[in-house]
Amino acid sequence: MEFKATREAYGKALVELGKRDDRVVVLDADLSGSTKSKEFQKQFPNRFFNIGIAEANMAGVAAGMALSGLKPYASSFAVFITGRAFEIVRQSICYQNLHVILCGSHSGISVGEDGGSHQAIADISLMRSLPNMKVIVPADYNETYLAVLESINMEGPVYIRTSRAKAPVFIEKDRFELGKADVLREGKSVTVIACGIMVSLALDAAELLEKEGIDAEVINASSIKPIDRETIVKSAKKTGRVVTVEEHTIIGGLGSAVSEVLTDEYPSRVLKIGVEDVFGESGTKEDLFCKFGFTKEAIAKKIKDFVNG
Amino acid sequence: MEDFAELECIAKEIRKDVLVMLNKAKSGHSGGSLSVVDILVALYFGGIMNYDPKNPSWEDRDRLVLSKGHACPALYATLAKAGFFERDFLWTLRKLGSPLQGHPDSKKLPGIDASTGSLGNGITQAVGIALAARVLKKRYKVFCIMGDGELQEGITWEAFMAASHYKLSNLIVIVDFNGLQIDGKVMDVMNILPLKEKFEAFGFRTYEIGGHVYKNLIDTLTTAKRNVIGPTAIIARTVKGYGVSFMANRIEYHGVPPSDQELERALKELDNGV
Repeated sequence: MEFKATREAYGKALVELGKRDDRVVVLDADLSGSTKSKEFQKQFPNRFFNIGIAEANMAGVAAGMALSGLKPYASSFAVFITGRAFEIVRQSICYQNLHVILCGSHSGISVGEDGGSHQAIADISLMRSLPNMKVIVPADYNETYLAVLESINMEGPVYIRTSRAKAPVFIEKDRFELGKADVLREGKSVTVIACGIMVSLALDAAELLEKEGIDAEVINASSIKPIDRETIVKSAKKTGRVVTVEEHTIIGGLGSAVSEVLTDEYPSRVLKIGVEDVFGESGTKEDLFCKFGFTKEAIAKKIKDFVNG
Repeated sequence: MEDFAELECIAKEIRKDVLVMLNKAKSGHSGGSLSVVDILVALYFGGIMNYDPKNPSWEDRDRLVLSKGHACPALYATLAKAGFFERDFLWTLRKLGSPLQGHPDSKKLPGIDASTGSLGNGITQAVGIALAARVLKKRYKVFCIMGDGELQEGITWEAFMAASHYKLSNLIVIVDFNGLQIDGKVMDVMNILPLKEKFEAFGFRTYEIGGHVYKNLIDTLTTAKRNVIGPTAIIARTVKGYGVSFMANRIEYHGVPPSDQELERALKELDNGV
């Protein structure tokens, strides 16, 4: 299997968008090499604007550009673009429902060695809480590429979460559809809903569970807001038990979004697998994933206990 | 000496409208609205800004971003006077369903070029609007009116740095320097001085003028429009509550509207001159 980081797809898709539409502009806050927006700068230097280490101002400048008819894409590490810039994202971008696409790279604990200060674990919660904001957490390189291409057709603000770490490339589809979850594996004992680079782990865990006689349905909920209520409820009705898996705090992220849908429409037990209200720390991605229980074995065991419990 | 009687007359009418609006709304910011009126009148009626009230989203228009959004009653009254909407709307200020929100909302009211209110959000957007002109090959100017207390927000300096870095000669920042903020004098709460030197150090061509003197305002704004080197800052020294004797320079009227009695007195003062 091929391994590629989702952030690589962001840079590639920006170049494609730049070719298609001369109103596309790209902004970064001194991390263009890391977020991969530099790929756009190489091709379209006159439409790339480095705002320096000033994420809040980058958000406001992007808002002003959108007000003027441009189509701005702004990127930084997820922790800064959603945290440091939050108030400007709220007031200048979301309040005016401006079509600004924010890309937060280096999300979750898979950032690794930089440590807890740089690992965004609450960015989904923050962005999901803002009216008008759309939240997309693509599962792999292919889906990221498609989601970024599609984002230009969306209305209002969009947050796209990418990762630093190389991860399996496995999604096969022609186009990204906002608000649509994909059932990647059908099953009837338990529903496993994941996002981002946890989707491939959820699929691996489902294979382990199959050997234990547990038939897991795995859903890729890359569109967290809007979320695909129909697919979630339909699966919950079939299995009766729902597990969410995210590289993010279990407070306010995918697990909360799924729980909100289910409490509205089909109250079910939900097991939320994620970061359990703690900060990350330094270490290799692999060591951190072991410590935080983000391995196929640990996830499979939690699901097994949940199903049997 | 040029005659600015007509502008002074418009300013008086706008000040009266502002006081009536605030009185009817029973809330809002009197002091900072009155201090900014002459700046707005110079921009909209002194031949400085290009705009078309019948086509508020005209792509080539000059933009006005009221970064000190709480002074919006003055902007609303100015826009009504300029013909962007019917004057009757003014009396709906801050009421449910009104396009005249407590702070400016670009989605609701024609003539509002950016939603503002949370301080610092105006200038950062103004920089984006000014930078967009370069990509779009437009010649419009962006006028951004800021409060002096607002300059305590860190993002304003991020925005100034970017304006200078990108040599945004189409950006003209006007500071309504009335010296007061909610908790007291700006220099006591958190001193922003020396200000001219700060702007100059940030790469702005900077002027300090009397903010209620039309000759100063129009001459300086005209010069600023011709600047092709980089951004301009105009520090306009103003009086909070200007035009109404008992509100002038009084912190108590930062966020308080005139009562019925006070309104009557204020309107009389404005009509008769004090």
